[in-house]
Amino acid sequence: MNIFSLAITVLIGVLFFVTFFHLSNFLLDYFRVRATKKFALENSIRVIIFIAPAFIVLFIFILYPVFETIRLSFYDKQGENFVGLYNYAWAIKDPDFKRSIINNLGWLLVVPTLSTFFGLVIANLADRVWWGSIAKSIIFMPMAISFVGAGVIWKFMYDYRGPGDQQIGLLNAITVNLGFEPQAWLTIPIWNNFFLMAIMIWIQTGLALVIFSAALRTIPSETLDAARIDGASELKIFWKIIIPYLEQTILVIWTIITLLVLKVFDIIYAMTNGQWQTEVLANLMYDWMFRGGGDTGRGSVLAFCILIGVTPILAWNLYRHKQDQKV
Amino acid sequence: MKKLTFTSIFSQLLLLIFVIVWIVPTFGLFISSLRDKDVLAISGWWTSFTTTEVNEIYRTEGNESQIKEGGQFYIRGNLFGEDKGKQIFRFGVTSKNIDEFEVGDTAIFKDKTEITVFENGDYTWKSQEEFKKKKGKRVFVSAKSPPSFTLDNYKEVLFKEGLGQAFLNTFAVALPSTLIPLIICSFFAYALTWMKFYGRDILLASIIASLVVPLQMSLIPILTVYNDFGALFGVAAKSYPGIWMAHTGFGLASTTFLLWNFLKSLPSEMMEAAKVDGATHYDTFLKIVVPLSIPAFASIFILQFLWVWNDLLVGLVFLDKHPSEIILTAKLKELLGSRGENWEILTTGAFVSMTVPLFIFFSLQRYFIRGLVAGSIKG
Repeated sequence: MNIFSLAITVLIGVLFFVTFFHLSNFLLDYFRVRATKKFALENSIRVIIFIAPAFIVLFIFILYPVFETIRLSFYDKQGENFVGLYNYAWAIKDPDFKRSIINNLGWLLVVPTLSTFFGLVIANLADRVWWGSIAKSIIFMPMAISFVGAGVIWKFMYDYRGPGDQQIGLLNAITVNLGFEPQAWLTIPIWNNFFLMAIMIWIQTGLALVIFSAALRTIPSETLDAARIDGASELKIFWKIIIPYLEQTILVIWTIITLLVLKVFDIIYAMTNGQWQTEVLANLMYDWMFRGGGDTGRGSVLAFCILIGVTPILAWNLYRHKQDQKV
Repeated sequence: MKKLTFTSIFSQLLLLIFVIVWIVPTFGLFISSLRDKDVLAISGWWTSFTTTEVNEIYRTEGNESQIKEGGQFYIRGNLFGEDKGKQIFRFGVTSKNIDEFEVGDTAIFKDKTEITVFENGDYTWKSQEEFKKKKGKRVFVSAKSPPSFTLDNYKEVLFKEGLGQAFLNTFAVALPSTLIPLIICSFFAYALTWMKFYGRDILLASIIASLVVPLQMSLIPILTVYNDFGALFGVAAKSYPGIWMAHTGFGLASTTFLLWNFLKSLPSEMMEAAKVDGATHYDTFLKIVVPLSIPAFASIFILQFLWVWNDLLVGLVFLDKHPSEIILTAKLKELLGSRGENWEILTTGAFVSMTVPLFIFFSLQRYFIRGLVAGSIKG
């Protein structure tokens, strides 16, 4: 397709929705003039016009699929025959599944913790040097690029050539310079997971950083000054004042990154495709969606496992929302 | 506070280390995308700023280009094909002794023909008898290669590898996938904030819940729906409108939530006043809410646009890998598989896919950060 037909497709797609809202509201206004008394009816029609498109999309793409996926997890490959807990029994026995769960737990433990920690440390450091905002921009930048792009960047960093050859990956060049053998980092089981996690940490630290930077400004400067006058060291201020003060923010960032990590797919798909024992749930699920013509039952079980992972966060969010509404 | 203490030097140093670790990978990729592909394959990108020594093999031209001058036969040409700024300092004619001769010297091949190689790669190959062979002879050179950068890789990936088309496709996916949710969610969020209707709280709660529901939960059922829909109406199951709606669905909760958060903060007196003046909700929406929400729209637009632009999974599931539909990230992944050792293609391709996000990042960073912070402090 050339640029014009693409542009026209795009335009039609967007105009469709603009027209819907404009036309429906216009018609409503037009008929209202004729029947001024039916105010309540007009209002309910307007509510429907306002919420219907979004609600239909929400229903089709989120609400219905959640129940459908759970239903499918009890059905066979094609989703036709009820098989009870067969798919779950398969999952428990499957070595790949076990490996994915362990890897996912590793990711959940390492990535949110380190990203939050680095973000907090860097936000603090950047606040006290004159080139802090440049530093923040640089560390934040990976947030803008895709996981696949980041994958290429790091695959290049981890590139491996035989011991005699000139290394073109930076990590191996350093290793060789220090007098060690070059390593094919991504193929060393267990450890390769950490090399993949490093990419995610590299990306998500920026998120933690900007949010902490904003939150740091809310700490009253009197508190900090008072502590300094009392002779508290910077390290003590960090542990005793800043961290307790930012507790809520730390929790929020931790959950955001946790949510992302639970769904991590792109990095692993691009870097190792789950080989060398790096598979996680999302990759395994993608695999089963298409492997051997696709197995919706097994895929659904795996998706459901990811949902179970986010449930505590879901409950906590709803709880907080309820608290907010009360105020 | 400005005094130069141990703590201050220490924090500067620590921050500098962080910055270097964070920038080096991207910088290396960018530099590599500008290097000649042959050099890229054999030397690290960090060597590209200094003059390096390389050993290479070239072949002279064959008998077609020989000329006869004064009873002798000559073949003249340049080993590099064209002057590339490399400086030869030694050369050889056998693989056993690749740097036997000083540049400018004359070497003699086994068949008694003579060759002289000059610094810039020019050579003169002389023979008493007519050259018979179509194929030229191998010449080994040791050359100094000064820092040199080229845009050839970009030409290659954009036009030959099909990344240019993928770039357009990604735009065709990303723009509507950002605008459509923005349009329908702004009405939705308005209704959730300023209209009273039965079930509003439940709707709001389901938005909050949908915020964290993983994308993976939707893939299998939606793909089935699309396949059935395609089969029923005899259209392709994977299409642009299909992926727009998928992205709209997956971005709906966060877009609505962010907008709702923003609209909530608008003064309610303003809405009341408009109502008293007889404005309908649609008037209020168009004339008061939209103009006030432009900064919020900008933040949300950027967040969603970057999300869609950088997405791989949705693009893989809901679009074909056909050249007219493949998106940048999927194309890049495909190249990682098929051209895994061609770093000039990969680095350049990755950088092409990063141009738009980086442009948005550097020009609209303020809105980007505002959106992220707004989404997180509350969400």
